[in-house]
Amino acid sequence: MRQFKGGKIPGYLHTSVGQEAAIVGACLAIGDNDAMTGTHRSHGHPIGKGAHLNALMAELMGKEGGICKGRGGSMHFADKSVGIMTESAIVGGGIPLATGCAFSAKVRGVDQVTLCFFGDGAVNQGTFHESLNMASLWKLAVIYLCENNLYAFTTSLAQSHGQADIAQRAPGYGMPGLTVDGQDVSAVYEAVAQAVNRARVGQGPTLIVAETYRFDDHSFRSSSRALGYRSAEEVEKHKRDRDPLSLYRKVLLEEGENEENLRAIEDEVTDDVKQALQFALASPMPRPETLPDYMFKSSLAG
Amino acid sequence: MQTDVQKFAATPGTHIEMTYFDALMQAQVEEMARDERVVLVGEDVAVYGGVKLLEQFGRNRIWNTPISEGSFTGMGIGAAINGLRPIVDLTVGSFLYLASDQIINQASKLRFMTGGQIDIPVVVRCCMYPVGSNAAQHADRPYPFFMNVPGLKIVSPTGAADIKGLMKSAIRDDDPVLIFEDNHLWTVKGDVPTDPDHLIPIGKADVKREGKDITLIAVAGAIRATMEAVDALDEEGISVEVIDPRTLKPLDHEAFKSSVAKTGRLLIVDNAHRVCNVGSEIAAVMAEEAFYLLKRPIVRLSAPDIHVPFSPALERDFYPTKERIMQASRQLL
Ligand SMILES: Cc1ncc(C[n+]2csc(CCOP(=O)(O)OP(=O)(O)O)c2C)c(N)n1
Ligand SMILES: [Mg+2]
Repeated sequence: MRQFKGGKIPGYLHTSVGQEAAIVGACLAIGDNDAMTGTHRSHGHPIGKGAHLNALMAELMGKEGGICKGRGGSMHFADKSVGIMTESAIVGGGIPLATGCAFSAKVRGVDQVTLCFFGDGAVNQGTFHESLNMASLWKLAVIYLCENNLYAFTTSLAQSHGQADIAQRAPGYGMPGLTVDGQDVSAVYEAVAQAVNRARVGQGPTLIVAETYRFDDHSFRSSSRALGYRSAEEVEKHKRDRDPLSLYRKVLLEEGENEENLRAIEDEVTDDVKQALQFALASPMPRPETLPDYMFKSSLAG
Repeated sequence: MQTDVQKFAATPGTHIEMTYFDALMQAQVEEMARDERVVLVGEDVAVYGGVKLLEQFGRNRIWNTPISEGSFTGMGIGAAINGLRPIVDLTVGSFLYLASDQIINQASKLRFMTGGQIDIPVVVRCCMYPVGSNAAQHADRPYPFFMNVPGLKIVSPTGAADIKGLMKSAIRDDDPVLIFEDNHLWTVKGDVPTDPDHLIPIGKADVKREGKDITLIAVAGAIRATMEAVDALDEEGISVEVIDPRTLKPLDHEAFKSSVAKTGRLLIVDNAHRVCNVGSEIAAVMAEEAFYLLKRPIVRLSAPDIHVPFSPALERDFYPTKERIMQASRQLL
């Protein structure tokens, strides 16, 4: 955030702080050869799926060393080498693509599951309806993971969903739908792991709604906080009682993990982030003459 | 009667006469046989088409979809980034609008936005039905919209050999390619090479008739009225050179310029609506780059900026007709 305010990160930045358990719990339940798609907010997701911090940080800054060579930016991470296929900033736009990844796995007869992340707002797009129907019809190996953080920008669930229980939509498509505590990493993991098992044996897709909360504003620069769509108390309460990191820390301590080990892990993460920052700051900007690069794979005759 | 299998089993190196539609089907069949990653996705594709695709390739290659243009197109794109080479059949040109978000925001952009990490070898096919009282919601020629999108390749073949060669090139291409057919061309017959590697490069125009007085660029379905007009003009002693762009993105401006260098006169016939159509783009580039070659102002004939009417009485003269093409040609001299 400091880098954003310092002007090193251009554009909009939608953080996923507060939603870590939903993200990591889901990513842990799939393997290296499985695929994943994300959204404008999918910042933690590539980390969960195994992308390298350095290249992600450099991408945030629009650098040549970025994972997408500075062509995508914060809303569009992809790292094909670890199965992160695309992230769509068109709300709901990634759902058909994830469905297509799973369709391809079926046609080619390969054992691969696709994990499709999207928000509560995306559920109201036509792509959600059309895609879930096709995935169910053809028993595609795809997990639809809705991170329900209660708001789509400033619009609450109550203001936008005729049926606010999102998991209820699943039976309409002929697939199971369940709701899990998205602040509990183990609960998310368990739910996704079960859905993955179903998918792998040909039983088709599952819709999982992880109930979560976004701690930051919709995005930096959107300054929607001033619009008063949610109260400061509500945000503080979630930060205090529902922070997935402290909740899991508590569980680990209760299970006998010692404080020192946890500190060591936290220090290691801090070091990794510092190192990624150094890498990103040192990475050069793309040269202007490289602008047309990556437009086409096959050359053009004309 | 010949079966489809016999019809498509001629020896390489020869030509056989077939319709545009059969040539298109043959291209799909040959490419599906050549590469098992090629699959066909679309509404009712398992039952129509003449060739018994389903019998030959089975259900795992031919996918009849629900009526969900936006998402089955997106699904084709998603499958393309994950190892398949889908042909998405949107059937009617006007239905492209429903799929346009996935084509524009995803297919055209994903390679660029991921820094070249992913390829999108998807073909999106559609057929335009400009005449025949289909009314405005089924009669559009939407190629100009998509020409304004970087990252797409767009072809509009008008002959049997061209559709076969361009369809094959499109399927083998690693980038998204849109194919605009015209149902008025489906029945046109032509000599088609049986060579399974008959490929026509994307981005190359073709001179359909040599001439010396006027360069006439006929876009997509406009070729039919154009050829009738050109035959009649020939009898009047006016020699028209007809160029079919074949590819609309990228346009082969070099081919247009070399013809204009010869004739000094340019007429562009395009069945799309007049504002910002293919003719607009060609005229702009010729004005910028070949102005000194022109002896007369460029003339464009197009559909008016009005919706396609239902009534045959209104539809009859809606598109550039043989008579209007002849008249414009005479005036150019
Ligand atoms: C098709 C489309 N419509 C609107 C927007 C603007 N927009 C960006 S994020 C957002 C809210 C999305 O809400 P949700 O799906 O719940 O995801 P969240 O931001 O909560 O993670 C909106 C409206 C967009 N990017 N794309
Ligand atoms: Mg939300």
